[in-house]
Amino acid sequence: MNDDEDLSAPVTMEMRLSVNGIGYPITVDTRETLLDTLRERLDLTGAKKGCDHGQCGACTVLVDGRRVTSCLTLTVALDDREITTVEGLADGSVPHPLQTAFVRHDALQCGYCTPGQLCSAVGMLAEARAGWPSIVTADGGSVDARLDEAEIRERMSGNLCRCGAYVNIVAAIAEVAR
Amino acid sequence: MTTSKATTSANTFGGIGGNLPRPDGTLKVRGEFAYSSDLWLEDMLWGATLRSPHVRARILGIDLTEAIAMPGVHAVLTHDDVPGEKHYGLDRRDQPVLAVDQVRYQGEAVAIVAADHPETARRAAKAIKVSYEPLPPVVDPAWALDPASPPIHPGGNVVRRQPVRTGVFLDGPGAPPADVVVVGEYEVGMQDQAFLGPESGLAVPAEDGGVDLYIATQWLHVDRDQLAPCLGLPPELVRLTLAGVGGAFGAREDLSMQVHACMLALRTGRPVKIVYDRQESFFGHVHRHPARMRYEHGADADGRLVYVKAEILLDGGAYCSSSLAVVGNAASLGAGPYEVPNIHIDAYGVYTNNPPCGAMRGFGAVQACFGYESQMDRLAAACGLSPVEIRIRNAVSEGSRIATGQLVDTPAPLAEMLAELAAMPMPDLPAERPGPDLRDLPGGVSQTTRGEGVRHGVGYAVGLKNICYSEGFDDYSTARVRVELLGGKPHVLVHTAAAEVGQGLVTVLAQIARTELGVANVTVAPADTRVGSAGSSSASRQSYMTGGAVRAACAAVRDRLAAHGPAESLTEILALTGPIEETREYRHRPTFPMDPFTGQGDSHTQLALCVHRAVVAVDVELGLVKTVELAAVQDVGRILNPIALEGQIHGASAQGLGLALMEEIQMEGGRVLNPSFTDYLIPTILDMPPMRLSILEHPDPHAPYGLRGAGEPATLSSTPAIVAAVRNATGLELPRVPIRPEHIALT
Ligand code: FES
Ligand code: FES
Repeated sequence: MNDDEDLSAPVTMEMRLSVNGIGYPITVDTRETLLDTLRERLDLTGAKKGCDHGQCGACTVLVDGRRVTSCLTLTVALDDREITTVEGLADGSVPHPLQTAFVRHDALQCGYCTPGQLCSAVGMLAEARAGWPSIVTADGGSVDARLDEAEIRERMSGNLCRCGAYVNIVAAIAEVAR
Repeated sequence: MTTSKATTSANTFGGIGGNLPRPDGTLKVRGEFAYSSDLWLEDMLWGATLRSPHVRARILGIDLTEAIAMPGVHAVLTHDDVPGEKHYGLDRRDQPVLAVDQVRYQGEAVAIVAADHPETARRAAKAIKVSYEPLPPVVDPAWALDPASPPIHPGGNVVRRQPVRTGVFLDGPGAPPADVVVVGEYEVGMQDQAFLGPESGLAVPAEDGGVDLYIATQWLHVDRDQLAPCLGLPPELVRLTLAGVGGAFGAREDLSMQVHACMLALRTGRPVKIVYDRQESFFGHVHRHPARMRYEHGADADGRLVYVKAEILLDGGAYCSSSLAVVGNAASLGAGPYEVPNIHIDAYGVYTNNPPCGAMRGFGAVQACFGYESQMDRLAAACGLSPVEIRIRNAVSEGSRIATGQLVDTPAPLAEMLAELAAMPMPDLPAERPGPDLRDLPGGVSQTTRGEGVRHGVGYAVGLKNICYSEGFDDYSTARVRVELLGGKPHVLVHTAAAEVGQGLVTVLAQIARTELGVANVTVAPADTRVGSAGSSSASRQSYMTGGAVRAACAAVRDRLAAHGPAESLTEILALTGPIEETREYRHRPTFPMDPFTGQGDSHTQLALCVHRAVVAVDVELGLVKTVELAAVQDVGRILNPIALEGQIHGASAQGLGLALMEEIQMEGGRVLNPSFTDYLIPTILDMPPMRLSILEHPDPHAPYGLRGAGEPATLSSTPAIVAAVRNATGLELPRVPIRPEHIALT
């Protein structure tokens, strides 16, 4: 390594980021998180920053259909991956069934956790449909991915809601899971 | 699951009583609702704050040279740069915008920076060199009571002492004879509101020399009235617009970054955005007052209360914030919703060098409720009565007087509520030794046992909360209502400055306008300071106060329409008159100060009750608690929107659960040990059990539609009910919340 090299200088990379079906050619700082890229560079402020440390789930988005906390995901690692944020859940003007259910069941108050809850729920339903066990379902030895309320709670426990809208969040997801 | 004895019937076009969806709900689920942290302007700068690492220190000097020289930095400001008043505060102007010659708590703001990138701003703040001379802090609130403790502010460390004396205690401290006496000492830890959307806002300098601030707050006008003097500007040049609020719970009553962003914007001539991160948020707002309480209850052999004596010490931290009102609530509500002939209460709020404490949902009343309800269970045990029976025997009802001598002159069906609660079906309990379903066990899937140590318990508690501002405060709200034809159809625009913080106020205001005017098409305009004050989204008061103001403005509009005779349709009249607009202020029944020596006086305008039953599973070996079910009965006078109301009761119960079992800002020598969501735990969806609700409607004739404020009461009773259930399961005394595993397992 060259002694003159400034180790604190940013290292950047050109890449193509695909979000909600749109390709964005961008130059990213290799230290940049997906959450910051979405919010500060692409003007997609739907994903929220509640902690920036992977503790609250407000920043949850889908990468190739799987839920991730975007505050702990480095953008540079996402070349060729398909990212879906809350802004991309609806099918044009037709809302995702979970979006409709959240409104109908009043599964939100301030709504700050809602984008993360929704992305997490979309990912969770897909996991269950694919027959993925949760820690609990696996415990009995058989994979029973039936989403009763206890199972929904178990699988959604990474998303905090400080307004305490949990009772209605469970109801909204249960309606769609049925 | 909810049952309600609702008399309200929803009308067909979206008036009060119906499960109307939130008008902002669609934007919120689409990710398009603009929270304060989402705001963006092309040429904006980012602000950052340098905070004190010391709990108490003298500031010897501040060297800005290096920070100012950093490329990308546009301004570095200290107290010298505050254009006007250097202090602000809700009740006392004792808090510096930026520390002047000393810091009084860890995390106090000392200097601010504006730069072209948030990281640059943060690094520049770090490059500011402050030399401090640390001073010995006062962190023990009991010491702060001692006149010999070093004063944190001129005038000493007692912020407010409020006695309450009734019956024999008017003559002296000697207690009357009682068959049964129980004594207990209790403690409540420092809870954080932990709203999910951290403090943030965007200040934009205006051509007229003023500033426009887009901000997440609870009360736009009181922010403005503190901001303008600090900025040295007349109030009309300081314009505030409510940005999306990511939860509040009291933590947005005080200023945080408001003055800082405006100062930086005015200095640089550029828009300035400040967003706190989670750690800074823990230092950026006030917390719930920790409390130490000593209670003594005397009763006759039948369990009827003869007297209550209480000392309640509330740690207000470094600045006053809402401490005056918090002490008033603790004192006036300190005996709970019970008939007690002789009362002797002393409530104190003190300054310490701990983080400032102020408003959090149910303030003052939450702490006292944990004390008096713990006592009622002790008394029940001592008298051989059930927890429900002892409470019914002493319950207030219409015609009773509370500790302040204030007559309960509206329905207070506490005995009925308790009976109903006790009659609710119990949840199916997993067997004392549950099977392999780990989800039923305390600790859930991380359980390391098969539940051999699990015990179940049931607990009950009641709570009494004042609604709206008390003690003679001129509490009012303003609404402007405009009716006009849009596209040939009548349309109503409701404009208020009331903050929607997630409670669903905008839904309810539109419902009220529909009910009053019979017009389906209603829009609630964004809240800002171009209309009169609405007061705070606090004290469960907005449906009552701003709801009352909207109703009054609608009535004024109706009066003008009526002048045109009943025969004509609204559309015909509006076609003739053009738009009709009316603005009204609404005030609740006046309240009065508490007597400084006896605490007597009609200090509250409305009282609200909630009762909880908690069922818990406790692993006595691991010290883990799982709340199996919470059941609640609350009287709300009149239901305006059932689903939003239930959400408030769920949320309030969840925050009470957090205080009972996990939430505490832990401190050592005034330093915060756990400013993150890794170490400050709030209830997850797994911690929050299913709820059984019953909602009663006994109207308060003094309130609009007979309603009772509903946002807070459930926060009170949830905590002591859960603790009572854990005591019931374990036989432990558990005098402190939150209960930690070592309080159960290591005893
Ligand atoms: S912001 Fe990513 S988990 Fe909290
Ligand atoms: S709705 Fe406010 S945090 Fe979930």
